Amino acid sequence: MDALMQFLLSGMTVGAVYALVALGFTIIYNASDVVNFAQGEFVMLGGMITVFAHAAGLPLPLAALIAIVLTALVGVALNKLAIEPARGAPVVSLIIITIGASIVIRGAAQLIFDKQLHRFPSFSGDEPIRLLGAAILPQSLWVVGGAFFIFIGLWVFFTKTLTGKAVLATANNRLAAQLVGINTGWVMTLSFSLSAAIGALAGVLVTPITLVAYDVGVGLALKGFAAAMLGGMGNPKGALVGGILLGLLEAMTAGYLSSQYKDAVAFIVILAVLFAMPQGIFGAKRTERV
Amino acid sequence: MTFNSKWVQLAVLLALIAILPVFFPSGYYFRVGALIFVNALSVVGLVILIGYAGQISLGHAGFAGIGAYACALGPEALGLHPALAMLLGALVSAIMAALIGKPILRLKGYYLAVATLGFGILVSMVLTNERSLTRGPDGMEVAELGLRDFLKGVGLKLSSGEFWYLVCGLVLIVGVWIALNLFNSSTGRAMRALHGSEVAARTVGIDVAQVKLQAFVISAVYASVAGSLLSLQNRFITPDVAGFMHSIEMVTMAVLGGVNSVLGATLGAAILTLLPQVLTVFAEYEQLIMGLVMILVMIFLPRGLLPSIAAKLRGRGE
Repeated sequence: MDALMQFLLSGMTVGAVYALVALGFTIIYNASDVVNFAQGEFVMLGGMITVFAHAAGLPLPLAALIAIVLTALVGVALNKLAIEPARGAPVVSLIIITIGASIVIRGAAQLIFDKQLHRFPSFSGDEPIRLLGAAILPQSLWVVGGAFFIFIGLWVFFTKTLTGKAVLATANNRLAAQLVGINTGWVMTLSFSLSAAIGALAGVLVTPITLVAYDVGVGLALKGFAAAMLGGMGNPKGALVGGILLGLLEAMTAGYLSSQYKDAVAFIVILAVLFAMPQGIFGAKRTERV
Repeated sequence: MTFNSKWVQLAVLLALIAILPVFFPSGYYFRVGALIFVNALSVVGLVILIGYAGQISLGHAGFAGIGAYACALGPEALGLHPALAMLLGALVSAIMAALIGKPILRLKGYYLAVATLGFGILVSMVLTNERSLTRGPDGMEVAELGLRDFLKGVGLKLSSGEFWYLVCGLVLIVGVWIALNLFNSSTGRAMRALHGSEVAARTVGIDVAQVKLQAFVISAVYASVAGSLLSLQNRFITPDVAGFMHSIEMVTMAVLGGVNSVLGATLGAAILTLLPQVLTVFAEYEQLIMGLVMILVMIFLPRGLLPSIAAKLRGRGE
């Protein structure tokens, strides 16, 4: 029973990170119909920049803030330099472009920083908290709390604010959004910077637990994608539920079946979801017009 | 006779393969050449899948992995001759492709990309984790094909590099010949029809699911044979052959050269195989440059190098 509780807690923590990556996916996918394979690199950048800014003597909160802002700028640059010029390109081209971008970011990070594993101190110490017979790191609470906070924030943003509604309108129909006076170019910039900032925040929150290196992005991008797909592409609620579900499944697999095949879970889930319910848990049915 | 005619393309390729060695300053270049041919072979398979039939796969390295490990495990575990092991690998790949292709190929676009990606990664995970069989991430040795000794016996002495250059070159030509034949066959026409419009293809009586599956299985066999050749010539194989990045490399090669053109795809394979060799001086910057090449080509030459150049030469622009 204690073991189960332990797996649940660690699954929630990992799942919250996947949920944040999946939320980032969702924002960009909604705004531009692009699946951004460079999403995991934002998480890496968030962690790495914080590590190096902190090592340079900046206080941790300031270092984290700088990391999030810089990563958001990288997100904007990605849109302006790579996605926008290829507007209307076929899916294969867009996939290659975002994968190319992820390789560029990784290569640059390896040059600017280094190839070592890094961490910085946890926000609230490393003394585990006892909870129903299991132990949880205070940092895990930060991660899970951060994911829920971001989710609520996004929900308010998209349903209550005019800017958020402008993003949704652009996602629905770019031309119609332009016609009613929405600056769709600006909406794109906003979406990419928001998505990158959320990724960076995930990196900042999780680095004290899982450490960060220049090459952690690929795995996170694929897992985040799996989570988004499990929940239903383009649905923020789906991203949250999908992420946490995936984290729990991984933790259970590692705990009860095989820790070696823990990483396989995400892909088995992808295949199972696609076979059984291609729209995901919360995905809307789409009919294709000919 | 146009540039695109089958025999012209085959002749160009054959001439290149035959003439290039004259300019090779050292035996090392035969190795690079053989590597290009192997990569080109799997990319020609992707031309059939992506270029002809309009389906995408980000998991074809999985089939390369099956082919590669068939040649490593077949002789060791089953006592098969390496050549037979290669056939067995191709057969296993074809069966796997048929089994997973049936449900997967109903999907489109990103969903298909992710499903194939998942398959490829699962294969590489099995190869990495089943240590008792595959020795895990450190890789395993592969048996000698034995054909070179036989040729030596009949008086034809070739260095290992020369031998594999020849073998891979020949297999590539056969692969290209089959792909070009397929292009104008009824199956190839059906593939191209469904690429244009699935609904229209169905309306004229094409069994869309069946034709997609054929393209998937054929391209899987190409990847598998390429994987086998790779493991046989290196005499060593690691699970990286089935890895995600290898799948991406394959697709990038295909799209870089021109995914509708068999010869273009071969060019793409040559460029992306040579690039890291040229860039060893800038090893630090290799990733950066590779990524930039991928992005820039997709933005500025969306149809790929060869078709874009050919269009320029004909003076028609786009």
